[in-house]
Amino acid sequence: MAMLHIVNKSVFERGTLDSCLKSSLSGSSILFIEDAVVSAVNNTAVSDKIKAELSSKNFYVLTPDLNARGFTDADLIEGIKGVDYAGFVDLVADNSNVQSWL
Amino acid sequence: MKFTILINEGPYQHQAADSAYQFAKAALEKGHEIFRVFFYNDAVNNATRLAIPPQDDRNITVQWAELAEQNNLDMVVCIAAAQRRGMLDDDERDRQGKDASNIHPAFRISGLGQLVEGGIQSDRLITFGD
Repeated sequence: MAMLHIVNKSVFERGTLDSCLKSSLSGSSILFIEDAVVSAVNNTAVSDKIKAELSSKNFYVLTPDLNARGFTDADLIEGIKGVDYAGFVDLVADNSNVQSWL
Repeated sequence: MKFTILINEGPYQHQAADSAYQFAKAALEKGHEIFRVFFYNDAVNNATRLAIPPQDDRNITVQWAELAEQNNLDMVVCIAAAQRRGMLDDDERDRQGKDASNIHPAFRISGLGQLVEGGIQSDRLITFGD
């Protein structure tokens, strides 16, 4: 089974997204939570980097954290799926292990 | 499925404890088991029973304590991290000759072995930190 990678810091603050993208294998799932939700927003300086990986990895964003920062599903890069906490739990259960990029 | 949750950051300064709480709540609602919640480093501050957040704010310690009571959760505070930060239960207060304790009774003090055991006994170990 594939691996779930969790990123929780803004790409404009930390380098954890790059570390995650570099180390994650194709078929992996990547979930943006907390301040990392900005990485899922379209038309930013990093959205092309995410779009280039969309065909090989599954991208998710925690909707409550996205909404708490003033964004909605309409702001997302196409192909990134919004999940609630129940969906977060499912991602953890459905992948064989979990890596938090802290 | 069995989960162990590791929290590394204190309340109110970082979102880690809030995210972990929401995750734990959702996991329990979906019928999963939380084998243990381990509070490490600054996260030991989540266990203080003396915090008085404003009335319109969440009380993170009480939230955890209520979730633990409803679901019989094992919430462990790292002893070395706790002692550095002045977090004591009654036993440690007496053992160290201090005049007060501050850990909420829903939490217990123990060592890192409890985290390792949580990793071994659970299907997943999820870390919430900074």
